[in-house]
Amino acid sequence: MNRPEPAFDAPWHAQVFALTVHLNEAGYFEWAEWVQRFSATLQRHGLNKELDGGEDYFNAWLETLEMYLQERGMAEGDAVEATRAAWERAYLSTPHGDPVSLTAADTCRATG
Amino acid sequence: MPHDHHDHDHPHALLPPEPALRVRALETILTDKGLIDPAALDEIIDTYQNQIGPKNGATVVAKMWMDEAFRQEMLSDPMPSLEEMGLYGRQGEHMVFLENSDTVHNLVVCTLCSCYPWPLLGIPPGWFKSDAYRARVVREPRKVLAEFGVEVPETTKVRVWDSTAEIRYLVVPQRPKGSEGLSEQELAALVTRDSMIGTGLAKEPQS
Repeated sequence: MNRPEPAFDAPWHAQVFALTVHLNEAGYFEWAEWVQRFSATLQRHGLNKELDGGEDYFNAWLETLEMYLQERGMAEGDAVEATRAAWERAYLSTPHGDPVSLTAADTCRATG
Repeated sequence: MPHDHHDHDHPHALLPPEPALRVRALETILTDKGLIDPAALDEIIDTYQNQIGPKNGATVVAKMWMDEAFRQEMLSDPMPSLEEMGLYGRQGEHMVFLENSDTVHNLVVCTLCSCYPWPLLGIPPGWFKSDAYRARVVREPRKVLAEFGVEVPETTKVRVWDSTAEIRYLVVPQRPKGSEGLSEQELAALVTRDSMIGTGLAKEPQS
């Protein structure tokens, strides 16, 4: 008998999935609206290459969510990029084995 | 202390891939704005990783095989019972059960993206989300089925159902021969994920 496949191939697939489900459950958007936007992204990506349903699929998912949150003014593109860079700095400057976190200064720099 | 990015003598925390950092950034921003609850995210991940999976769907199928009243209910108005069993989605979708028989073999796809009955089957497998499956299953379902090792007789009609945001389908495979007298739990063990998508059949009991 085959071993059950893991639900998600990478932790961030689970995270972006959960974030979207949570935003839907919290009432920020209707699921049908999400499906419409997501399928449009998939279609756009699929024009150039065959999507494999793994990493490609969640990249399209993330792109859809980013565009949507930007449009809604919930997470602006500049702030997202600054916060991403802050997380990158935090990872690179945290000794291996220590928990990685953003300092208040990082967050302030990123979103302020 | 400033960190020199080119200095690999200082072992630092392993840098997650770029999209992972972008997801972290969204989480940070939405949490700081008080729009989301990070604990709820962990709960959702835990639910989908550990608690939700094809076992849920298999339980329902086995019960349909055993209990005629339950079967009728699932075929006509399944949502009240599914809600009672905690097997409903919070995405507002409606479940439709499709019974396989000698005359019809049902097969489910989502050509739009990857709508899938999460509460009953968990997260869809990679192939369900691939362009290859989504495009080909509509065009040449028998060929796709054959690649999954399912030979459908010429006399059996193959019906392909396209899921939407509102309607999700679950295939009820035919009860396998030799499964008479098995308990509901033993029957559920024969119901595979693929058999509930239509790309497989229920397993035959080992004698």
